[in-house]
This record gives sequence, C-alpha cells and structure tokens, in this order.
Amino acid sequence: MGAPTIVADGVGKRFLLHHKRATSLKERLLLHRQSSSEAFWALREVNLEVGASQTVGLIGPNGSGKSTLLKVLSGILAPTTGTVAVRGRIASLLELGAGFNGELTGRENVFLNAAILGLSRRETERYFDEIVAFAELEPFIDNQVKHYSSGQYVRLGFAVAVHVSPDILLVDEVLAVGDESFQRKCLNKISEFQQRGCTILFVTHALDLIPRICSRGVVLDHGRVLHDGDPVEAAERLRSLLGTGADQSGGAGLSADRPRVAAVRLFDPAGGADKGHFRGGEAMAVELDVAAPAGSAPVTVRMAVTGPADVPMWVMESDPLHPGPDGTATVRFTVKELPQIKGIYAFAVAVRDPASNVTYDARRFGEAFLAVGDTGTGVLEVVWTTEQVER
Amino acid sequence: MVQLQQAADARAAAQSRVRLELLTELVRKDLKVKYKNSALGFIWSLANPLLYLAVFTLVFGVFLKNNVPWFAVLFMSGFLIWSFFNSATLDATGAVVGNANLVRKVRFPRVVLPLASVGFAGVHLALQLLVFFLFLIPSYPDAFGPQLLLLVPTLAVTVIFTVAMSLLASSLNVRYRDVQHLLEVALLAWFWLTPIVYPVTLVRNELARAGVLWMFKFYMANPMTAVVVAAQRAVYVHPVVVGNDGKLVQVLPTGGYGFYLQWLAVAAVASAVLLVIGLWTFRRLQADFAEEL
Repeated sequence: MGAPTIVADGVGKRFLLHHKRATSLKERLLLHRQSSSEAFWALREVNLEVGASQTVGLIGPNGSGKSTLLKVLSGILAPTTGTVAVRGRIASLLELGAGFNGELTGRENVFLNAAILGLSRRETERYFDEIVAFAELEPFIDNQVKHYSSGQYVRLGFAVAVHVSPDILLVDEVLAVGDESFQRKCLNKISEFQQRGCTILFVTHALDLIPRICSRGVVLDHGRVLHDGDPVEAAERLRSLLGTGADQSGGAGLSADRPRVAAVRLFDPAGGADKGHFRGGEAMAVELDVAAPAGSAPVTVRMAVTGPADVPMWVMESDPLHPGPDGTATVRFTVKELPQIKGIYAFAVAVRDPASNVTYDARRFGEAFLAVGDTGTGVLEVVWTTEQVER
Repeated sequence: MVQLQQAADARAAAQSRVRLELLTELVRKDLKVKYKNSALGFIWSLANPLLYLAVFTLVFGVFLKNNVPWFAVLFMSGFLIWSFFNSATLDATGAVVGNANLVRKVRFPRVVLPLASVGFAGVHLALQLLVFFLFLIPSYPDAFGPQLLLLVPTLAVTVIFTVAMSLLASSLNVRYRDVQHLLEVALLAWFWLTPIVYPVTLVRNELARAGVLWMFKFYMANPMTAVVVAAQRAVYVHPVVVGNDGKLVQVLPTGGYGFYLQWLAVAAVASAVLLVIGLWTFRRLQADFAEEL
C-alpha cells in the first residue's frame, strides 16, 4: 500500500432540514426569530484512509451516507466537521451525463462534458474516437442528445468520464446502468484502471461485485463506518444488517418452540388469486403465517426483497404482531405498485423480537416471483403497507 | 526544489489553460443552444439594439426634440456598452441556479459559470461593435481617429465591473432568489440614471442651474456613467456640435481627455474593489452551492 491518496479525518456532514426556510430577503426578515430547522447528520466521525491503487467498495443501506461521503470526498460538499485531503486528479462519476445539453449533438456534448470534467480540448480530440467507440455510438454521434435513449445517454456519459484518466475515481452506482454487455465493459475498464494504479472508491448495491473487484469493503450505516476491511465480510455484514443473510440463526435458542415462519403466500391483492408472475406497476400482496408458542411476546416480521443480481431492493417491516390464542399470526404486506424493473426477485424473511432485535427465524426464498417490466434499471420507489390479518 | 517549483508552476499553468478552455466551451454551448433551430441566428442579437435605437430616436429625436445631431451615434456608443453590462449581469444571476444539476453532481470550478455569462455577452458586444463600425465607415467617418483609443481603457473597466457584478449576483442569488427580481428593477433605474439616451451635459447644466453643481461628482461616480461617457467621447468625437436648430450645442464635456480619463480611473478603482468583494463573496458562498440548490 502506497502513501494514502485520500485521507478523511473525523469527517461529519450535517444537513439542516428546514421546515420553514428563508429563501428570500422578505422571509429572512420575517422568519428571523422563528426559523425552525432540524439538524441531520448524514455522516459522523468518518475516518477513512485510502492508499494508492486500492479499490474500496462502499456499501450500506439506503440513506446511510454513501453518496454524501463521495460528494464530500470529491469536494462537491464541504464537510461540517473534520478534514478531507486528496492527492491527485480526481474524477467523480456521481451521475453520468450530468451537464449534457439535449439540444447539442453527441459530439458537441463530448467536448463540453470533457471540459467540465477537466480535460483539455487537445486531449479530448485525441480520445474522441475512442470515446465514441466505447459508447458504441458511432452512427448517432452527430444526432442531438435529446433523441438518445437513456441507455445511449449514460453510455456516452460513462465513456467521457472514464477517459479523463484520473488518479482517483469515485463511482456512485453507475455500474447499474446499461445492458449486460455494457456492464461487462465498464468492469473491464475498472480493472484497467486498477492495473494502471488508480485509486477507486465505489458505491454499489450489487453485493456480489464487492468481493470480485474490491480489495477492501467499507460498510456505512446511519453515517458511521460499521465495518472497514475484508470485502467478503463487508458484504456479509450488510446482508445481515438488511436481514438478507443466506441463513441466520439468531441468538435465541434454536429450540423448536421459538416463533418461526410457517407459510408464505403471494397473490394479487385485488382478486386474491395466488400468482408468481407480476408486471411492473401491478400490485402484489405477500402473506406470512408466523407460528409461535402459545403466549409468546409480540414479534415483528421483516421482509427484504432482493432484485436481479442479488441487489437488495427494499425492506419492509411489520408492526409488532400479537399471536392469537393458538400462537399463530398472519401479516400481509401489500405493495401498491411494483417497480418497472424486470427480473427474478427473491426475498428473505426474518421473524424478530422487537425488544431485543434477536432474530428467531430467517428464511430465504430464491426466485420468489418474476416481474416483467420495461427497463433493466430505474428509480426505486416502492409504496407498501403492512397489516396484521385476522384469520 | 527548483524542479518541484517548476513542476507546480507547469501544473498551475495547465490548470488555468483547462479552465479557460472550459469557459470557451461553455460560451460556445450557450451560443449554439441559443441559435440552434433559428433561421436568422446571430442576426437576432442585432435586432434588440436596433429596436431600441428606433424607439429612442423616435421619442428623443422627434417627440422631445433633444436637438442632438447624429443622436443615433451618441446613443449607440453608450447603449452597446450598457447592454453588454445589463445582459451579462442578468444572465449571470441565474448562472449557478440554472446549472443546479451540474453544480450538485460534478466538481469543477464554479466561477466559470458567471464568467461564461460575461463571455456570452462579450461575443455579442464584439459582433454588435463590428456592425456598428461598419455602419460608421460611410455615414460617420469622423469616428475613425486617434480618440478611438479611449475605447481600450473604457472596455477594460467595463469588463472588470461587469465581472465583479456577475460574481456577486450569481452567488448571492443562490441564497436569496429575490436578488434576481431586485436586480431587474435596479438595472432599469440604473439605465435611466446613466447618460445613454440623453447627453451627460444635460445633467450638469441642470445641476448648475439648481446651484448644486457639486452633486455632479456623485453622478459621475457611477462607474457605468464613466464608461458610457468615455465611449461616447471616443465614437461621437465632437463635444460641441451645431445642433439641429443651427445653434451650438454642447453634447459632451470639453477640455481634453482629462475629464474622461479621471473618471475612468475612479471607475477602475471602484471596479477593482468590487471585484475583490465579488471574488471573496463567491468563494465564501460556493462551498454551500451544492446544498442550497
């Protein structure tokens, strides 16, 4: 490990969530005394030292501060506490094609975007053919970008960004875009960077990628570093955090009389018919029967859905369930609208004690349902409800 | 040590070159986007001053009869400078806010955003000046004399003042969006307080008649007045001319270039101070741009 190229020392980032925010002078004067804001620490006391030519995978649940950390390291956001020192040319792929202008052609956008990322015009001219070839956009390079498909758009963005030849590359989930062949190409490019001695820090939800390309894994949760070290352990740590571990035997006694998952049913909440194929946009209901010894304390059920490539997608957790006199309880999760992301989904269910957070029973259901959607990727916003069902 | 210093210098030089290229690239983008799908393209940038010229010639030449011969030349030499300042500042006000997605996602020198607005207006000024001088060759050959050199310091001061205002407006507008509205009104008032559609001597004579000539100093302290009057002197040439009614009219202050250079110097100092304030403000505020947007 060479001299550190990134040193974050006690980095904290506080956001003020303004309930009433003065955005004009008038409001500023009127709200002078009563402006209310709530501090939210997206990062707390993060100490991170990354040596030259290390590849670090940054993982964590949604909202754990991963993207904020990348933004602080890349200098887009200023840390509230602590210091960040970075040595070398830094390129951050926080969003591909940020700054593309739809009215301009692909060619014009390549020059514009490269200039924004710090490439000189001469360098851009030298790499231009390579960039276009990498993006596989030769026939369309003189078309206006507004006519590009979303895949073409991000491909061009990625192609420009990786030709900036940085010393440090910060990547935020951009590997999740594009089709499989393009993803493979991106990974090849990353290993090319690794061989060149580039320091890479990347955020991903694809946990299987972590051991494959990272020499180190960092798990963030609620803005704090939970784990820093072996990438395989990091991925496992996150899986257990999300309740998607391959098999979890909780700390509670493994006796047969602990609460356990008795049955799982998937069905259409409207018709009530069981089904295993859902379309993006459709509603889906999952019912879980929990069997507990008579007189057990209330338990909660947590269900984590993982999407294609074992990417954790969303987690649902029920309110405490009160088992009936026979010791059984049924909980129903209803997803109002499935995301438009096609693929085979799996889910993991855990029965937990809400007081001690002990997991009584955990099960994984591979290939639980199939969703047929439009796209390979997308913004995930799942609206779901949970209720205990009387039977 | 020396080698290290040289390497650092070389890197700094390369960095400023890249920044300059980024600036060029942004100006180029703005021009392309503005004139794409427009049949007349650049000609539109000439339409605006021409329209103002027509209206003001009608109002001040015909209705109010201001008695200034070649009013079009006097008006245009000041108005082109003003319109550069006006459009650059207004455009820069929205430069950071308008590029929110870029500011939030990419690290790059933010200062190029307002500078690109100034560059964009600068391209138009150059073009408008070119057309203006082409028009002067046959119709007003007096303009082509050594006094035209006065335009060099005039334009330099104008650019510094405009950059300073753009830096201030663009960064303050991120925090307080009413800067934009405030500026729109302020610029309108500022326009009428600057001797563009009336000769500066009119103000001096009125102040002298009221017995408060000392207030003329304050009037001239407006940097835009200094540059506009200097530009008029450079292009209009004659401080005293025979008016439309056959009598002599004093359009511009007489007595050599001392008056003009002196007020240009005052404007230069004011602009430099404002530039320092602008840079300081921009630097201070830019750390929070990504959060505020």
